[in-house]
Amino acid sequence: MGLESRVLTGVHFMQGNYAAVEGAIAAGCDFFAGYPITPANEVSEGMARRLPAVGGAFFQGEDELCSIYAITAASLAGAKAMTATASAGYDYMQEGIEYAVAVEAPVVVLDVMRCRGENFATQADIMQVRWAAAGDHEMIVLAPSTVQEMFDFTVRAFNLAEEYRTPVVVISEMSLALMRERLEIPEASAIPVVNRKRTTKQPSEYLPFQAASEFGVPDFAELGTGYRVIHSINPHDERGDIEWEPHAFERLYRRITGKVRENRKKISTTQRFMLDDAEIALVAFGSEVRPCLDAVHAAREKGIKAGVLKLDAPWPIPEEAIVETAANVGALVTVEMNIGRYAGEVERIVCGKCRTARATKNLGTPHTPDEILSVIEEVRS
Amino acid sequence: MSAPEMLKNGNPLLKYMRQDKLPHFFCPGCGCGQVVNAFLRACESLELDLGTMVGIGGVGCTARIPVYIDMDCLHGVHGRTLAWATGIKLHKPDTKVVVFAGDGDALSIGGNHFIHAARRNLDVTFVVVNNFNFAMTGGQVAPMTPDGAVTMTTPYGSSEPPFDLCKLAVTAGATYVARTLTASPPQMTTFLKNALSHKGFSVVEILSQCPTHFGRYALGSGSPKNLVEWIKSHTVPASAADKMKPEEVAGKYLLGEFVKAERPVFRGSTIYTAPCQGCAESKEAKA
Repeated sequence: MGLESRVLTGVHFMQGNYAAVEGAIAAGCDFFAGYPITPANEVSEGMARRLPAVGGAFFQGEDELCSIYAITAASLAGAKAMTATASAGYDYMQEGIEYAVAVEAPVVVLDVMRCRGENFATQADIMQVRWAAAGDHEMIVLAPSTVQEMFDFTVRAFNLAEEYRTPVVVISEMSLALMRERLEIPEASAIPVVNRKRTTKQPSEYLPFQAASEFGVPDFAELGTGYRVIHSINPHDERGDIEWEPHAFERLYRRITGKVRENRKKISTTQRFMLDDAEIALVAFGSEVRPCLDAVHAAREKGIKAGVLKLDAPWPIPEEAIVETAANVGALVTVEMNIGRYAGEVERIVCGKCRTARATKNLGTPHTPDEILSVIEEVRS
Repeated sequence: MSAPEMLKNGNPLLKYMRQDKLPHFFCPGCGCGQVVNAFLRACESLELDLGTMVGIGGVGCTARIPVYIDMDCLHGVHGRTLAWATGIKLHKPDTKVVVFAGDGDALSIGGNHFIHAARRNLDVTFVVVNNFNFAMTGGQVAPMTPDGAVTMTTPYGSSEPPFDLCKLAVTAGATYVARTLTASPPQMTTFLKNALSHKGFSVVEILSQCPTHFGRYALGSGSPKNLVEWIKSHTVPASAADKMKPEEVAGKYLLGEFVKAERPVFRGSTIYTAPCQGCAESKEAKA
């Protein structure tokens, strides 16, 4: 038990970053590449210790670009692969994410968002993780709020990456990444593990970028197994050939965006706290969910019926859940650790169905419950 | 002979190519076709199975080479070829990986990956087609553009000192390093064979003609023949250089194999060895 075991079943008091390492390994991760950056270093350090002991490979790339491309190529060679970085490192990685999207390589990227150049907690990069890569694309982004979710969502990130053959980003903030709390790792048999669907066709019949439906996911063929596939970022057709015929690549872009967007209800789960009778709903993800819950309790003590819509996956944005919540409350408040970014998207979707407000700050720490409570009170008056 | 006739008559190497992708997009007189030819000859004589190999190209003219060869291929991102190669080799060490890179792809945007792959002795073959400029983008100065050469971004002559790729590769730790030129298909094929059979980071620099850009801007001639002759006149066999006067060697590219060495290949940044069962007891017994 221990170093050579993939699943460390039991109750732990663990840091968020290490919980992500354990989640990844439990999900079958067998390749990790990363470049040092605070506050994500514990992920690399944990992977360096754990991964080689369970038969995987650990690689410290010479930079973030090397790391993201190494995991993408390893994934095309059949690996379940991951990297971890922090905001400035994600800047570099967006180039490789664009490639992974285009060739439909399942990879997991953990991004511990930090303030520009310094290691304060922030959610300022919530738009970066959605939009940074060039070209038409959708992103799956998961936002854990607890150390337990760091484990659970990292498992889920691998599973979603495998199911949809696309990069999946797990975002956290320093407030969660470096925090220690209770983590319960279940028995291996209780951890759902999804593996990408591999083709059963002969190479002569196989079309690497053809899916069974308009927004489907193609079956996978591993590098070096005789399928002779071109994995090019350039516009390509179902065969993988570089194709300049506009309808061919529009078909590709429609499918690789549609496979995520059209499955958003399955991907972007939400958790509802005290929303059933709520007049005011808070919308939050990541670390910010925690003070939101405290603020809602405090509001209810003051007789204000407030609740929380917790977004497990800010992207693809859970439109239906937001609309449904907006239709049943008087006001909806977006709470985020930045100057107000995700709020714009929420308000676009709410589209006047209820009043909207924002609780935003970018001071390196999550909101206090009192700060959120004062916004709730303001909205109510 | 026209291209359709050549297809009909059947070049014996055509079976290794994606024939429906022909004709290729290289300019008339470009050296990339000769490199493909030499590479396929090398693979054939080594009896390599292209179906189990991965060819990698970044961005550029040279980077298109693996797209035309009937093998798995990663393509289309500038300079990251060796990062891809590292991921593949660490996950599937037995997969043979060959990278085709132009001088800009290899040493400008990809320079950092290059020295680190050499340092690690990553077990891949890195074929650098040096045509002395960024060709696909229209003929801009590159890290191996000769001193003083006119390019689209050095209209008054280049004041950027060029790299010597082979010296850099040797210094950084590559374990097979050779330089050849398109004008010598047999030597090109031999060096590519040696590189492909080498265990470790093998680098082959191929001096190649770009008549469309480098020829016209730097040498004032778009004739492939003139350009190939210019390249030939600027090369010296490394074996002969020792016996020549320094002024005869100055400004010349040395041709030959510079390093053939053995060193452990890269398997990951840290390798785990399971603790030996019973070792603890035997230590106690000794104590």
